[in-house]
Amino acid sequence: ALKPLGKTLSKPGVRNVVLVEGVRTPFLQAGTTYADLMAHDLARGALQGLLNRTAFPKEAVDYIVYGTVIQEVKTSNVAREAALGAGFSDKTPAHTVTMACISSNQAMTTAVGLVASGQCDAVVAGGVEFMSDVPIRHSRKMRKMMLSLNRARTLGARLSLLGSLRLSHLVPELPAVSEFSTAEMMGHSADRLAAAFGISRLDQDEFALRSHVLAKKAQDEGLLTDIVDFKVPGKDIVSKDNGIRPSTMEQMSKLKPAFIKPHGTVTAANSSYLTDGASAVLIMSEEKALAMGYKPKAYLRDFVYVSQDPKDQLLLGPTYAIPKVLERSGLTLADIDAFEFHEAFAGQVLANLTAMESDWFAQNCMGRKAKVGAPPMEKFNLWGGSLSLGHPFAATGCRLVTMVAHRLKKEGGQYGLVAACAAGGQGHAMLVEACPQ
Amino acid sequence: LFYSCLRGSDRVPLFPSPARTHVNYEVKDNVAVIRINDPTSKVNTLTRQLQDDMMEVLNEVWGNSAVKSAVIISTKPGCFIAGANIDMIKVCKSAEEVSKLSKEGQMMFEKIEKSPIPFVAAVNGTCMGGGLEFAIACHYRVATKSKKTVMALPEVMLGLLPGAGGTQRMPKMLGLPTAFDVMLTGRSIRADKAKKMGLVHHVIDPLGPGVKDPEERLIEYLEEVAVGVAKGLAKKTVTVEKKKGLMQKVQDAVLGIPLVRNQVYKTVTQKVMKQTKGLYPAPLSIIEAVQAGVEKGPAEGYHVEAVNFGKLAMTPESRALIGLYQGQVACKKNNFGKPEREVKSLAVLGAGLMGAGIAQVTVDKGVATILKDTTTEGLARGHDQVYKGLNDKAKKKSITTFERDMTLSFLKGQLDYSGFEKVDMVIEAVFEDLSIKHKVLKEVEAVIPPHCIFASNTSALPIREIAAASKRPEKVIGMHYFSPVDKMQLLEIITTDKTSKDTTASAVAVGLKQGKVIIVVGDGPGFYTTRCLAPTLVEGIRILQEGVGPKKLDSLTTGFGFPVGVSTLIDEVGVDVAAHVAEDLGKAFGSRFGGGNVDVLKTMIQKGFKGRKSGKGCYVYSAKKKDKQVNSGTEEILKAFKLTAPPAVSGDEDVQYRLVSRFVNEAALCLQEGILADPVQGDIGAVFGLGFPPCLGGPFRFLDSFGADKLVQKMKRYEDAYGNQFTPCQLLLDYAKDPSKKFHK
Repeated sequence: ALKPLGKTLSKPGVRNVVLVEGVRTPFLQAGTTYADLMAHDLARGALQGLLNRTAFPKEAVDYIVYGTVIQEVKTSNVAREAALGAGFSDKTPAHTVTMACISSNQAMTTAVGLVASGQCDAVVAGGVEFMSDVPIRHSRKMRKMMLSLNRARTLGARLSLLGSLRLSHLVPELPAVSEFSTAEMMGHSADRLAAAFGISRLDQDEFALRSHVLAKKAQDEGLLTDIVDFKVPGKDIVSKDNGIRPSTMEQMSKLKPAFIKPHGTVTAANSSYLTDGASAVLIMSEEKALAMGYKPKAYLRDFVYVSQDPKDQLLLGPTYAIPKVLERSGLTLADIDAFEFHEAFAGQVLANLTAMESDWFAQNCMGRKAKVGAPPMEKFNLWGGSLSLGHPFAATGCRLVTMVAHRLKKEGGQYGLVAACAAGGQGHAMLVEACPQ
Repeated sequence: LFYSCLRGSDRVPLFPSPARTHVNYEVKDNVAVIRINDPTSKVNTLTRQLQDDMMEVLNEVWGNSAVKSAVIISTKPGCFIAGANIDMIKVCKSAEEVSKLSKEGQMMFEKIEKSPIPFVAAVNGTCMGGGLEFAIACHYRVATKSKKTVMALPEVMLGLLPGAGGTQRMPKMLGLPTAFDVMLTGRSIRADKAKKMGLVHHVIDPLGPGVKDPEERLIEYLEEVAVGVAKGLAKKTVTVEKKKGLMQKVQDAVLGIPLVRNQVYKTVTQKVMKQTKGLYPAPLSIIEAVQAGVEKGPAEGYHVEAVNFGKLAMTPESRALIGLYQGQVACKKNNFGKPEREVKSLAVLGAGLMGAGIAQVTVDKGVATILKDTTTEGLARGHDQVYKGLNDKAKKKSITTFERDMTLSFLKGQLDYSGFEKVDMVIEAVFEDLSIKHKVLKEVEAVIPPHCIFASNTSALPIREIAAASKRPEKVIGMHYFSPVDKMQLLEIITTDKTSKDTTASAVAVGLKQGKVIIVVGDGPGFYTTRCLAPTLVEGIRILQEGVGPKKLDSLTTGFGFPVGVSTLIDEVGVDVAAHVAEDLGKAFGSRFGGGNVDVLKTMIQKGFKGRKSGKGCYVYSAKKKDKQVNSGTEEILKAFKLTAPPAVSGDEDVQYRLVSRFVNEAALCLQEGILADPVQGDIGAVFGLGFPPCLGGPFRFLDSFGADKLVQKMKRYEDAYGNQFTPCQLLLDYAKDPSKKFHK
């Protein structure tokens, strides 16, 4: 049953920006079926899937913005390579953005800006992450030697350089898994965050289990309609996420902490896992979408980016972003019908919910008079989340926005709220409003 | 260290004891959580009340069969137990009395060690001396990695030894070499290092803000984890013993051989003798106590520990070191009130060694700092100095490279005065020349805001003469830093009769922020420190002229307890600077500052022997050789200026006392003239700024222990030989006349 619509968030003099369609490849655990691909392959899959599903004329795409976090060096502007490979017009410019786990949120809001300002009418945004293969480099010493070798003119010079080769030159350099500014792993920070807010292991395991159970239910009920099939060359067609695995509390309780040993509470089971996947959305001006005969899914309304202390508040972005975005649009938490939070760690989600419920935190850390309150669980991540569906870093943002649009439609709500944290101590929140049916 | 700890265990009190104020406990899941908090102080120390409360609680815990294990934790933010209360020792009149304190402490901790239930020490914040001895008597240690968590046995720095079982437990826990290192240096150990050494079993990362004060939550969290460990210990799912690495096993095996151990004792003793010249009894006493325990068993070990502790407490060295410690604490306070406005941005003029050093210690504390020089070369050199200082810290992992970069972002190097209109303080460190200082002062005053303070980092020029060029002398002050600025703890602040109290308060606040120990002195040529140093150096030159070689002079001075010999000091300070100061102060004070011939220094400068910075001075410096050679060029100059030494006052001991008496007499004059406000600041300034022997505690402490009368007698002999340079000042004569008069109560 539809509830009576509240006021709309459209603003006078600003074009309405709409989400026409959103798709994603199935999200697979790293090292599984996608293992032999490259990042741009998955991105192509999502982009092609978007074109197929919308039957959108390629030449009508004004611009493409795509996110990625761990960059494949061969395709440093993965947006362009994937768009060309996906059969987009070579006349459509494309750029890549990066902002850790909110990279595709950044891609989408860049698109929103382009459309709202009248620069573009139709922009494709998205993101890809490919964790089955990451760039592992030679050591700095080795690289320096190889570069000098390039410049060495005589054989003697080359031989003397090669003579300086030592075993230590061959030690490879792995991509950084820890925060550059603090040298702390994210899971470690999440564990400390959970401890700071007094979130128990039990609470975290319960929340993780909830995510898996809800995701499984959504999968079984066929609600995850944003998925487009992906054909892996030489292998089967992939059409389902493969990380959704509802377990039991007993099994989960057996796991040892993954980061802070031996007394930590963050484990492999209550954290999001390394995932391969890509997503894409079509963002247009409402006018143009309607003129072209599309039925947009949702309006993309106010959004904010926030940032805070990367050491002790690394993953508290949602807590800071939500009150801001609500105030900007004149809404309260009670007005929101569907919440979609990125779930990096169960402990992180629960810490954010606790922080939002705390007057102490609001007053001492946010400079607010009182707490903003936490979302009710019956509206919260009802189709699973990053813990269960998977979290390909730069693809998650579009998954969140598309999912909240789908939920609004399915549940008959008007306002949806998306929130996510990201490495670097940053965060994002966006208000999504259902389009009139 | 504990005393009177056995009350209650042997007898049942007739009356219920008064309420416990310092220690309480609760039982959680069969774990007794014993919480310490001294409500009367900012830190927990082992006071009588705390000990009595603790003993009462322990007896209740031991009497409760439901309790299977226990946690000891402090609820005081930033402090577990800071150590024994020094006053407890100071009131003791005899070595036996102090030994008794030690014995009682030993017994107390032994009871915990042999307790039928396991004890977990949960450490957050300062855990030093008796506090650490308490913790290592427990069976398991959990510590937070908070910056405030510091473990140390600093007794040696107070001329004492860890007297509550520390010398006995440490070797067992850490092995002989590490235990000696910890106890003989008294160095501070952070939690992660402690974990690596095996001093703690388990570390906990600090937490950020949650739904309450982070520090409060951290203590709660520490307790949760410690209770978990305690439960595990009771159920035997957690074990106390750690797996030893191969290196550890090899070391243990090697140290199992008595001959090897003997070699260790010998080597350590030699090292101590080399470093202390035998002037400090505490390190040797520590070695003795350790050796007794390891070689002859615990009974003998504990006995020697207690006896030696008592003996050490009665030594003048210990009194001197305790005096310095307390003086240092006193000189880390701002006695001039809170400044009207906090200095949030600061400018340093001159990017030389001093200027860059001042900039470094300022940006280090997150204060925006402009470093101004007149040339790009000078600026680049200064910037590199700051970078190197910070990068060295990053290399040692005391800060991260990210913190280094962030700290460096507070530094702005420039050649002009842009931005000076917003600074709260300017510290000039330009060339020591009054006309240059005046020029700079006028330039600066044209651009700075009215509230801005002008501080001069001069080592000898009177501040009132510099301030003479100022439109606002109440805002002019002296801030005399010591080189290298990032290593030397002292800051000498000089006020003129026109300097306002708020200006002084501000300068002290800045110095404290920079981590300095501060003395505030009156204005005059050379202020306090340079004024004491100058006659000592001039006397050193005379001694050199009399044919005592630079090496011999160095060994005589270090043999007296100075960390750096006079010849080396001349090279370090710079021959040109020494000449400048000697001449300037010579003009100001006349023949009292005579002695050696300043022309010796001038000739050295002419030949390019400007000290370490030029590669040659009294010695020849080369990057390759560690062992420095005497500069033959300087030897020739000394020959040319040769003086005949009067035999009656030229023995080794007389040479030492000639140097020291001139230093001490000048210090006493400073106190007499009111340059110094009190003897405490005089002692702190001399030890921390000039390296006066710490074992003597400073010139005034030295007068108290050595006797002003004895020094005056010596000075009279020197006066007969040399004249008024050795005339004791009136204050010295007064104290010599009445032996009951002491500078320190």
